[in-house]
Amino acid sequence: MKRMKVWSGLVLCIIAFLSYYMFFARFIPTRDVPWVPFALFAVAAWLLISGWRQARRKILASIGVVLGFLVIGLFTYLVTVFSRDLPVAAAAPRVGQKAPDFALPDTQGRPVSLSQTLAGSNGVLLVFYRGYW
Amino acid sequence: MRPVAISVDAPAVSADLARKAGYTFPILSDRDASVIRRYDLLHADVARPAEFLIDRTGTVRWRNLTEDYRVRARPEEMLARARELR
Repeated sequence: MKRMKVWSGLVLCIIAFLSYYMFFARFIPTRDVPWVPFALFAVAAWLLISGWRQARRKILASIGVVLGFLVIGLFTYLVTVFSRDLPVAAAAPRVGQKAPDFALPDTQGRPVSLSQTLAGSNGVLLVFYRGYW
Repeated sequence: MRPVAISVDAPAVSADLARKAGYTFPILSDRDASVIRRYDLLHADVARPAEFLIDRTGTVRWRNLTEDYRVRARPEEMLARARELR
């Protein structure tokens, strides 16, 4: 039973990791700051550490603990450093500059131009996004 | 104030998104990322999230280049900026 703690901790780490990308990342409040995964990681860390202390087979338990913390470390890296590793975008139009005109097809394949859309409105909110996954 | 969205997705994919989310504004396909490149927003073959508020003269009045690609502009902020334009 005591041996289960370390492995439960490891499984919980994996579940927490996957839960973010498969579920929590879809909703704004839980995507910006991954509260639930971090809470699960805290529980998992407790399981890993206390399980390791109680384990008789230290080597096996140590492997489980290291793997668990690797998952936690990887996740933390991905949601902090990695997702901020963006290019500078020095040439992106700044406030006060003109937005480059363009024409691209819409969902029906019809060409839509920025200048034409601007001509018929108060302004345009241009939203660039990564894509639909 | 017209919202216009752009990504590298093909029109069929964006049509799917529009249908599922109920969007009625134009979603444009920049397949070869040429416009994304012109706006200097290319990151790993797709656009990094960014929003530009452009007035009737074609001038940028507000822009938001996300520092963290997981964190996007909130609709409330964009609406507030759009109202300032009137």
